[in-house]
Amino acid sequence: MSAARRLLLLAVGAAAVAVVVPFIGIEALPLSVLRDPGGGSVASVIFWQIRVPRVVAAVLAGGGLAIAGAAFQALFRNPLATPYTLGVASGAAFGVALATRLGLAVAVLGIATDTLAALAGALVAVSVVWLLTRVRPATSSMVLLLAGVAMSFFFSSLILLLQYTASLGDSYQIVRWLMGGLAGVGPREVLHLLPFVAAGVAVLGWRARELDLLSIGADLAASRGVDVGRQRTVIFLAASVMVGGVVAACGPIGFVGMMAPHICRLLLGAEHRHLLPASCLFGGAFLAACDTAARLVLAPAELPVGVITSLLGGPFFLWLLLRRVVGRDAAG
Amino acid sequence: MSRPALEVTGVAVEIDGSRILDEVSVTVVPGQLLSLIGPNGAGKSTLIRCLAGLISPSEGDVLLDGRSLGGLSRRAIARSISYVPQADARSLPFAVRAFVEMGRYPHLGPWSALSAADVEAVDAALAQTDTVHLSARSMESLSGGERQRVLIAAALAQGGRILLLDEPTTFLDYRHQMWIVELLERLHRDQGLTVVTATHDLNWALAVSDAVLALRDGAVAYRGATAALFDAGRLEQIYGTRFDLVESGGRPVPLVVPARNGR
Repeated sequence: MSAARRLLLLAVGAAAVAVVVPFIGIEALPLSVLRDPGGGSVASVIFWQIRVPRVVAAVLAGGGLAIAGAAFQALFRNPLATPYTLGVASGAAFGVALATRLGLAVAVLGIATDTLAALAGALVAVSVVWLLTRVRPATSSMVLLLAGVAMSFFFSSLILLLQYTASLGDSYQIVRWLMGGLAGVGPREVLHLLPFVAAGVAVLGWRARELDLLSIGADLAASRGVDVGRQRTVIFLAASVMVGGVVAACGPIGFVGMMAPHICRLLLGAEHRHLLPASCLFGGAFLAACDTAARLVLAPAELPVGVITSLLGGPFFLWLLLRRVVGRDAAG
Repeated sequence: MSRPALEVTGVAVEIDGSRILDEVSVTVVPGQLLSLIGPNGAGKSTLIRCLAGLISPSEGDVLLDGRSLGGLSRRAIARSISYVPQADARSLPFAVRAFVEMGRYPHLGPWSALSAADVEAVDAALAQTDTVHLSARSMESLSGGERQRVLIAAALAQGGRILLLDEPTTFLDYRHQMWIVELLERLHRDQGLTVVTATHDLNWALAVSDAVLALRDGAVAYRGATAALFDAGRLEQIYGTRFDLVESGGRPVPLVVPARNGR
């Protein structure tokens, strides 16, 4: 089966998941809610005001994190490069935690404090890594990745410090938020997410060829005509801003950004014209499904979705590492 | 004499404070096959990368058809100059044909699909390098010789008139070495491509190239016709080891045999 066909199948599957999950819950909702978008009955209010926005938010967040992960993996030519390992998510999380701790509530141009703080955090983390490429253009992608990991640890420690010094209430709020979740995400959050994810997906989706070439090495990419410095900067910024937006709305939801691109690469290859849309679709559907599980596992209580994705992601990460090691041994 | 395809004027390259190239000047005329020789660390790869515009010289300039590479867009350079890097173990997770198609990048707009001309260029590049039968294979599954041929195919698909290769035959067995040498000779002779290749294989350099540039410690040690490379003491001066010259096959084909010191 060709990669294009597989992509089509994946799209159908993802759409099916997105359509079905809003009906699933402690109480399955009847199909009749579809005819009643105005919210005449309790069931239709639950469906249209709570579940649909939440699923849309999950699809946007998961899709955004996954496509950002695919871009980072190509840019750094490393399967472990993700919004997480590069410190982008931790930077954004620190921004939000700091805003929470300081009790900041200033909206600029209608953008909420959380979003601004997350963006600022993400950009600080990214700029440090990006500055390295400017100061030392020959820096290997491995060193950049390590710099990102260092930033990630740095911000994680700062978050711990904030928590330690925070009141019990603030501290709980920060911890709860750090777990990442879509509980309480409504139409407002969807509207906050949409521009970030739409812009990010547009910028990255436009660069499938550049990502293909960057993934085979900066020297080959440049010799084929890619303006490596410029493209790296644009891709880096677009992915980071998108991750910042997602983190602001849903907290740092882990592992979607790493898992989705890898699974999609196994399914339909490494060409980004297939990989980018596939990651986006898979990531979105995956997060929507995980969020449904998060609603159901401890029902009526809710598990933060970040707990579920990380529970699945941890073993997956190990499997990936083992597979690589075994693969290398077999090749050598 | 025709206008130079590539002109290097007094190029110096400094990386982390050490001078890799110093005052290197050379003129590559269109259709020339130039071999770049010299011991390890002499600056061959660096010069190739300068010619490809991948490194900007700290002094001097590299001119493509009379225009400085620094003033040209990457895309414009890529339409004229193709580069085949030194063989390495980098991951190339693509099918052969998809990889060769990526060579058409400088001719494509952001949304445009491959045109008929692009497909034709890719087909021709695969045919020239005898890699058509590998089209559907994964790059990762190829042998070293096959992989090198596909890398050259991708460079040819790019459609430039100048082909730069960094040690294209290193790590290959004799048959594949000969195959690559003959391919480059064909491209140069039949299609008039300008070929610059860094190499450690002196026999090859002497057999097929029009001219030789020898580097030693980043500076030009010899520049000119291949035959004069055998003038007394010249190779010794470049490589710092003794050489015996042998005739082979009844023809006066000079074979360069490194001799043990003290014999």
